[in-house]
Amino acid sequence: MKEIISYAHIKHNQVSVNGEVVFQSNSSLTLIEFLSEAYKNLGASYPKFHKMDAQCKLGFLCAEFALKGTNFLTENNLSKTAIVLSNCASSLETDRVHQHSIDDKSNYFPSPAVFVYTLPNITIGELAIKHKITGENAFFVSEQLDADLLVNYTETLFQGNTKAAIVGWVEVDGANFEAFIFLTENTENINKSSIFKPLNKTSVITIYNQTIWTH
Amino acid sequence: MIFTSYNNIISPLGFSTQENYQAVSNSQVGVKKVKLPFSQDEFCVAKISDDKIQGHLSQIKNADTHTKLEQLSILSIQDVLNQSGINPKDSRTLLIYSTTKGNIDVLSFDSAQDDRYKGIDPKRVYLPVFAKHLQSYFQLAHTPIVLSNACISGILAIIIAKRFIEQGTYDNVLVCGGDILSEFTISGFKSFNALSNEPSKPFDGNRVGINLGEAVSTILITNKKELATPYNTQIISGASANDANHISGPSRTGDGLFQCLTQILDKNTNDIGFISAHGTATPFNDEMESIAFDRAGLNTIPVNSFKGYYGHTLGAAGVLETVLSLESMKYQRLIKSEGFETKGFSGNITMIESHQDKSFTSFIKTASGFGGCNAAALFKKI
Repeated sequence: MKEIISYAHIKHNQVSVNGEVVFQSNSSLTLIEFLSEAYKNLGASYPKFHKMDAQCKLGFLCAEFALKGTNFLTENNLSKTAIVLSNCASSLETDRVHQHSIDDKSNYFPSPAVFVYTLPNITIGELAIKHKITGENAFFVSEQLDADLLVNYTETLFQGNTKAAIVGWVEVDGANFEAFIFLTENTENINKSSIFKPLNKTSVITIYNQTIWTH
Repeated sequence: MIFTSYNNIISPLGFSTQENYQAVSNSQVGVKKVKLPFSQDEFCVAKISDDKIQGHLSQIKNADTHTKLEQLSILSIQDVLNQSGINPKDSRTLLIYSTTKGNIDVLSFDSAQDDRYKGIDPKRVYLPVFAKHLQSYFQLAHTPIVLSNACISGILAIIIAKRFIEQGTYDNVLVCGGDILSEFTISGFKSFNALSNEPSKPFDGNRVGINLGEAVSTILITNKKELATPYNTQIISGASANDANHISGPSRTGDGLFQCLTQILDKNTNDIGFISAHGTATPFNDEMESIAFDRAGLNTIPVNSFKGYYGHTLGAAGVLETVLSLESMKYQRLIKSEGFETKGFSGNITMIESHQDKSFTSFIKTASGFGGCNAAALFKKI
């Protein structure tokens, strides 16, 4: 049975878990301010968080909120847990920072600490490091959340060694940002979670549109 | 069965697979010191000459409306369509594009000053817009899937193609990998102190870093036996894995790559001719690979890196190196690991020190990249 056991969605300076808004901050906060507030709300202590670029922070927080209160990481073999993420802007937000640092030859300061984040799959790497997840990786770049692609590809992974997967969308592009992550398992324990949803395109579109944002 | 089919390589060493394989078997190196438009310094890179590209533009419709990466990608994909005769409009055919940076040069362009980019929409720096541009050129039935997973993108795209075909979603998947030289990537790798000022020396004791290169390579992956003729070779297995260790440095113990290798190795496969390694020529990468191959018991399987010929072509590398490996197996010939002279790693592995004939029926392709990612695939003659 392939089921979705938990999901989180971050948008409009709010965080929702399994469809319910669990944290919101003032809508006037910038992305960086909001991420910092959400991190405090989570109560996590992870110094590496502060080194990450905005996209990794956003993906990290969304995954933490989806994982919180689940047994996903303890019940699944981490070498058989995949991470499949996607977005539209790849790493453009940090690409612009790196490009800016080389535009002016008289003020030329490319930095390795910035450059390393000019690959979208670094977000996958940060999640893998945090939780020691060593399974399959893929980062797809599509115009919008492509439920067909994410579900089809996760299904192919479940045909192989993969038993569980962290799947979703992590996008930062200028002032626009959004993250949506769901946890899915190929398990024999049917309906063990309260939010039972079979892994298919309809479920993913339903849970993606489920949250009623408050502002 | 999933087969490897018709293919193309566009690189400093040629505009077809045949030209490229001939070049490496004659020990031609595509890497050299050149002046680039954005710097007074010379960089040791593998650059496709502008004149050569110019000479091919008549084959492209409205050539001046495409970026350099789009021009090269169109030429490469068109060559594979011509050879294979497959219909790109067919709903059972998909294009997967593998790239790290796509049209990243567009991010820096100043349309007022740079004639090359007149009429090019700045939005083409977005990979989905780039993908739709290729879709519209070839009238593809599906929007191409873009995979951007650092330096494993190319081989992972081939593995993903196999998975989708096995699933029954498609019959033919064109996998195109491409990245161009740009000030963006050169300045970034330079800030990491990862660039070598001389042609790079993968696995050698005196290696100091990478050369960046540019290339586009395309291969058709298919379940159609009649399209298997170029190599009569199938993709047996493929896997990816994360080190979960560091975002910019490989695992010291080769954990992720070792995990991939244990997953792809088939007990029945006892005739692996060689391993086409990632072999970037950074001290840490090549050391890590030697440990992973050693741990996987591959000590006697000859290893090469093609990076000594092409530099690191990023999103193209996995596709380009798979195609060269298929050629190598077709001609039953091992290609020397260019730049290797003295052992510079702690794992017990065997390097290919000269071109040599060998009878074999399978090979392994591996890659590793930033973000802790690794991938490996096993190819075998039918």
